[in-house]
This record gives sequence, structure tokens and C-alpha cells, in this order.
Amino acid sequence: MEQAMNLELNLLETDILIIGGGTAGCFAALTCAEHASCKVLIAEKANIKRSGCLAAGVNALNAYIVAGETPESYLDYVRKDSAGVIREDLVYSIAQRLNQVTRKAEAMGLVIQKDADGAYVARGRRNIKINGENIKPLLAAAVGRHDNIQVLNRVNMIDYLVQDNRVIGAYGFSLADNIFYAILAKAVICATGGAAGLYRPNNPGFSRHKLWYSPFNTGAGYAMGIRAGAEMTTMEMRFVALRCKDTIAPTGTIAQGVGAPQINGHGESYERKYGIPSTANRIYSTVRENQAGRGPCYLATKGISKEMEEELFKAYLNMAPAQTLRWIERGLGPSVDNVELEGTEPYIVGGHAASGYWVDRHRATTLAGLYAAGDVAGGSPQKYVTGCFAEGEIAALAALAYIEGQELAAVGHAQIRRKLDEVEQFLQGPAGLYRVEEIEEAMQKVMDVYAGGISAGYVVNSAKLVTAKQRIESLVELSRALRANDLHELLQIYEVIDRLYVCQVVIEHLLARKETRWPCFQENADYPDKDDEHYFKYVNSRYRDGKIEIILREIVKKDEHYEHQD
Amino acid sequence: MSIRISKQACTGCGKCLDACPGSLLYRDEAGKAYIRYPQDCWGCTSCLKECAHGAIKFYLGADIGGLGGYLYVKRERDRLHWMICKPDGEQVCITINRWQANQY
Repeated sequence: MEQAMNLELNLLETDILIIGGGTAGCFAALTCAEHASCKVLIAEKANIKRSGCLAAGVNALNAYIVAGETPESYLDYVRKDSAGVIREDLVYSIAQRLNQVTRKAEAMGLVIQKDADGAYVARGRRNIKINGENIKPLLAAAVGRHDNIQVLNRVNMIDYLVQDNRVIGAYGFSLADNIFYAILAKAVICATGGAAGLYRPNNPGFSRHKLWYSPFNTGAGYAMGIRAGAEMTTMEMRFVALRCKDTIAPTGTIAQGVGAPQINGHGESYERKYGIPSTANRIYSTVRENQAGRGPCYLATKGISKEMEEELFKAYLNMAPAQTLRWIERGLGPSVDNVELEGTEPYIVGGHAASGYWVDRHRATTLAGLYAAGDVAGGSPQKYVTGCFAEGEIAALAALAYIEGQELAAVGHAQIRRKLDEVEQFLQGPAGLYRVEEIEEAMQKVMDVYAGGISAGYVVNSAKLVTAKQRIESLVELSRALRANDLHELLQIYEVIDRLYVCQVVIEHLLARKETRWPCFQENADYPDKDDEHYFKYVNSRYRDGKIEIILREIVKKDEHYEHQD
Repeated sequence: MSIRISKQACTGCGKCLDACPGSLLYRDEAGKAYIRYPQDCWGCTSCLKECAHGAIKFYLGADIGGLGGYLYVKRERDRLHWMICKPDGEQVCITINRWQANQY
């Protein structure tokens, strides 16, 4: 390091601070601005125009109550798909809002296909057809039309400002200028998304970021909550996606759109051999067929019409252009060649699985003044885009109610200075032996081998998890010696540290669920069966004094109004 | 999986810098955009769609079966022309009207 870099302190005040300007964060900000004249500040580590999961676009809205379905039937689907361990109250409250938030997105300019009567065209039992390529710029433009929403782009938040168990703001730093931010707020909404990059990815070399989930969602929101002592839930329910080989592009468009079945290398349809075709089972069956030597597995598209093929080319350009490039580059489109499948590395993502903050029905976390929405909020899987909108809206309304009569807390300069010193440590003094990339690679290898990654067939056992725990602890130690030469490197250090915190909690949760609840997502070889008697419960945790405490909680049903008690 | 930015075609407008969800793009000394971390590209193609000069090419890494073809985008009001250049030099153009929903 040539010269120590110092950061200038910038103290900001707002009414509601939203951390993360993605799907849930932007929608929460819009809800606040439409209901009150309060000041809202979005802190976003990239730029809200294309940040978060929707950067490339999305090809359909997969959570919508189509004609003939109800919020109750949506809840039934989610309950069955997740073997019952969901927060029914949360899922139901989202389901009730799905159609209303969809209309709001349409009013922002989202193109939704309609039939002659003006009704949305369904793609399945819960999906509608859209052109979602520009969904994120539309959201960002809607945010830009409100004078009371301030957006701080390229500002990475790192920890909450906590006083007497109440969240009163957050700290962060700019990626563009040498500025350290302390932002005071009457309420904070965390909407940072989930965590990718914990496990060794499908393509660990040059294309290491060719993930399905955003590689820039690094679990910051989980990690900030963990460090502040917030209760987390169901972090053992990892999400593994079934994707197109190599490009890791979504498969639902092909499976649902042109009705292509899954077949193995012998040409046999295999899904039904493994029970109900739930989300987890579609991956489990593919993994097992490959392990039994009957791979590769495919979506059988060969023989679809040229017209269908052309529509698939377009649909993929609107969400995962790599797949269309691959088809055309090879001269082998889906009409002449089946599409090979593979499972991704596990992600922690509360919009697909149920991992995240333990919240009450208002999306209040266990820390006063802190709300969570979208992929970072737990208990309610299958939220997808519209569910994240709905949850952003619920959290925003609750935060607005909370700040009524609330004053900004006073914070001492010494407290802020301590945090700034902590950040500046990474910018000063000699670097340790290892670079951030090496720590990340080591973490991903440990998680892959010992905590149920791709190479382990997603299966864990207690002995391996104990090894994973020890090795991740060693990496946490090593990460303290990381040093940055510039702000981007500082971001990379915080990202890997956040991931290590999330890994530790994931491992503890996997150790605590002594059964097998969800194939691939959580499969423990020591306890190969489902054990409803002991584990039809939530596995929750809290980080206190450097230790992760596990709490088992009883299932919350649809009409219970869950409030935090202990 | 990554992008290449043509120094000749880049005008240094900086729009792609704001479009990258990973903040991976920076300016060089001449004010032109470049990707500082090519291996960290997600492949979302947001930057291609921002570039009015078609200066950004997107390609598949050899490790995921890339054959040397590439993709760039020409914008025309409500249409995006996705230009795919195959390894043998043949160009394919797929035009998408932003007002039309996906069929699947």
C-alpha cells in the first residue's frame, strides 16, 4: 500500500432509510412517498436504474392470482411446496396484495399481455405474461418522480447504528468518493436481497459470476442483522435452482411455455419417479439421475416449431441473453437440440426459499425501528417479483406508522468515530498474506465440500458441518488482515466478510435441523427422514457475544397475528 | 461471460458506468469506459442496452462453451435490435418491440 487513504465523515438525516434500491426497496420508497410527505432516502451500492435481481429483466410475473385462483389457493401451493414450514400469516398477506401491486407496476409502464377482454393472459396457475426487460428502469423512473425520495447511488451500507436495542440509522461508504456516511433515520427498511457466492459456483473460473441469482447480492442485509443481534429464520433452507447448463438461465420459460418435459440421457421422463414434482424435487430428481449414471438430463425441446423457437429466442433476450447467444452461436436452437439441465450452487434467498429476518406481520424485525422486505425477509417463500413489491408496501406502511411522533435519536461523535476507525483499518497498515479473492475461494470450497454444495450432491452430515464451522471461523480470522487500495477493494472486503457471517449462520441452522425436510435444499444424511414430531418448527437464531444461539419456534398459521414476544 | 468495450467506438459518455449492477465499469485515463473486473460480470447486458454506439460486445467465456461469437445492441426508439455475430461472421438480428409481451 502506497499511502493510507482516509475517509471524510458525512452525517445525514432522514425519516426513513431504505437500504438497497432493488425490487422491494424501490417499491417501499414509492409507497412511503405516496402516503406521506416524509423524507425517504434509498442507499444503493450500485445505481437503482439496473441494480438488484432485475438487472437483465424478468420474463413473467410468477406470483399473481389468476382467474379461478385465490390467495388461499396460493397459500396452499406455497405450503405444500415447502413441506409446511412457512409463515402462513406472511405468505397470505403477500398473496392478498399480489394483484393490486401488479396493477401498480402496469401503471408505471410495465407491459402485460392482455386478451380481447382486457384481462391479463395467464402462463400457468400463478403466472402472467409480460415484457419485463425494462422493469427495473421503470421502477427507478417512478422513484425519480418523487421529490421526497433521495437516492444515494454507489453507497454501500455496512452496519446498523444501534442504540438501546433500537436501530437509529446505518453506516456506509461511497464507492465514488472518499466518504464515510452515518445516516440517522427514524426507521430503517432493509431490502438488500439475499446471498449468492457463499458456495463454489457451477463455473468457478472465468465465468464465476454467471450465476442465476445476482452475484452482487452478497448477504449484506443478513450480515448486518446478524451482527446487530436480530433474530433470523430458516437459514438452513437453501435454494438450489434448476437451470440451463452453462448459461444458468431460467428453465421455467421452456418448461411452462412450450410444455417441455424433463428427460434423462436414456430419453426417459424421470420426474415422477421421485414423488410430487415440487420445486425441490425437480432439482433432486435431476441430481439423482446424474448420480445414477443416467445423465445428462434435458428439457426435451427437440421438435418444437420454428415459431416457438423464435419466441424463445426473444423471451430469453428479455431476461437471460446468454442463452439466446448460445443457441444462435452454436447454430443449434431448441427445436433441433434439447436443453441440458443442471442444479446451481445453493443460494440463501428469502424470495424463493424462506430464509431471512424473523419478522412480525408488519415486517418488523426483532430490533425496534428495523423492518425487512423482499429476499432478505424470511418465512415466506415464492414471493418472486410481485411478492417483493407487496412486502415492500407492507414494510413501508408499518415504518410510516412507527415514525409517527418519533424523533431522530441523538448520536455521539465518539460512537461514529469508532466505526469510521474500524473501516479505515482496512485502508491502513500492511496487508496480510492473503488477498480477498483467495479468502472468497477458500470459503466457497469449504461450503461446497463440507456444507452441502454441488460436489457434495447438496447433502450434509453433522461431522462435515462441524469441519465447515471450524474452517469458516479460521477464514473470519484471516479476513481481519485484508487491506484495500481503493474503495472497490474495500467493498470486496466487506462483501466477503458479510458472506462469512452468513455462512456461519447457515452452518449452525443446518446442524440444528436434525431431519431431512427439503431434498437438496436441506438434506442431512445422518437424519434422512422428515421428523414432524420434533422439527415441524422454524429453526431460528440470534448472534450474541460472538455465539449463535438456536431457537426453535412453533408454526404460525394463516390467521394468527404474530407479534414478537421474547 | 463478460464484455469488451471498443476504445474506438466509446465516446466516454459514461452511461454504461451507471448501468452496471456490480459497479464494475470505470473510466480509463482517456475518459473511455473499461471493465476493471471482467470475471465479475454477471452477463445482464444492461451496459449494452445503454450504449448508443454499439461499442459494447457481450460474449460467453470459453469455460461455458463460448465459441467466439458475440452480441451487441442497437437501440431505435421502442425497439431493441439484438445483433448476434456468429463465429463464422454471419450476423443475425432479432428485434424486440418493448411494447410486446413475451409469448412464453
